[in-house]
Amino acid sequence: MRSDTGILFFSLSATLFGFWLALSGHYTSTFITIGAICAILIVAFSVRISVVDEEGHPIHLVFRALTYWPWLIWEIAKSAFDVTRITLDPRLPVSPTMVKINALQRTGLGVSIFANSITLTPGTISVDVVGGEILVHALSKSGAEDLQEGAMNRRVARFEGRS
Amino acid sequence: MTETVLDILSWILLGSGSFFYVVGSIGLLRMPDVFTRMHATSVSDTFGAFLMLVGMMLQVEPSLVTLRLIIIIAIILYTGPVATHALARAARHAGIKPLLDDDTGNDREDAPSK
Repeated sequence: MRSDTGILFFSLSATLFGFWLALSGHYTSTFITIGAICAILIVAFSVRISVVDEEGHPIHLVFRALTYWPWLIWEIAKSAFDVTRITLDPRLPVSPTMVKINALQRTGLGVSIFANSITLTPGTISVDVVGGEILVHALSKSGAEDLQEGAMNRRVARFEGRS
Repeated sequence: MTETVLDILSWILLGSGSFFYVVGSIGLLRMPDVFTRMHATSVSDTFGAFLMLVGMMLQVEPSLVTLRLIIIIAIILYTGPVATHALARAARHAGIKPLLDDDTGNDREDAPSK
């Protein structure tokens, strides 16, 4: 058990309990007590089978996520418009491309955030991750070039932060 | 007054969300192969779904329902790419070669083998 497991234990229990409160909607003392006990027990079991780590529950990224998510939504919107234009064009000007992107992130968590962000933006899908390289299928050549230019890559590397 | 404004805004969001769903479906029918079809549908299940859920949020009073809609957005945005990636990877493992429009050929299917 590492030293920061205590903090993770507390914050994961609080998150699960908050999730319970949001979904339950019954705020009698019985329900709240049951919810709290369930949350703590679940985290206790998860700690015992050692699946609680900062990859699964990255509390250190919460504040930076508040600026990353809006940026990502904006990127999704822009590429959604691009893909829409291609789809509705009578000539259907697709130019499917496979590119390999060298991920700048240092941790596995950072690489998976980057790969998932690529997949989330319409027009690019990460097909495979081998080592630090992500194989990306892009709907159009320009989409692939945008990605190779690396704005998202650097952004995620900054988002991931510490070395 | 504010209610009317919120209503109009919400209908704009719901309408444009539906528009992206229709575009996704049209793309699904028009695109030439598995991978390009996945690109078309990702328009509807990320941006379309996001716009519709935000539109729904404006239809309700700020309450538990709003919070639940935010949770739904988060769940869609977290699970969507995992499913898409699994599908793309499965297609590649099944030996489906993506149609490529690549005259240089330097970035073709030559990923390092595992």
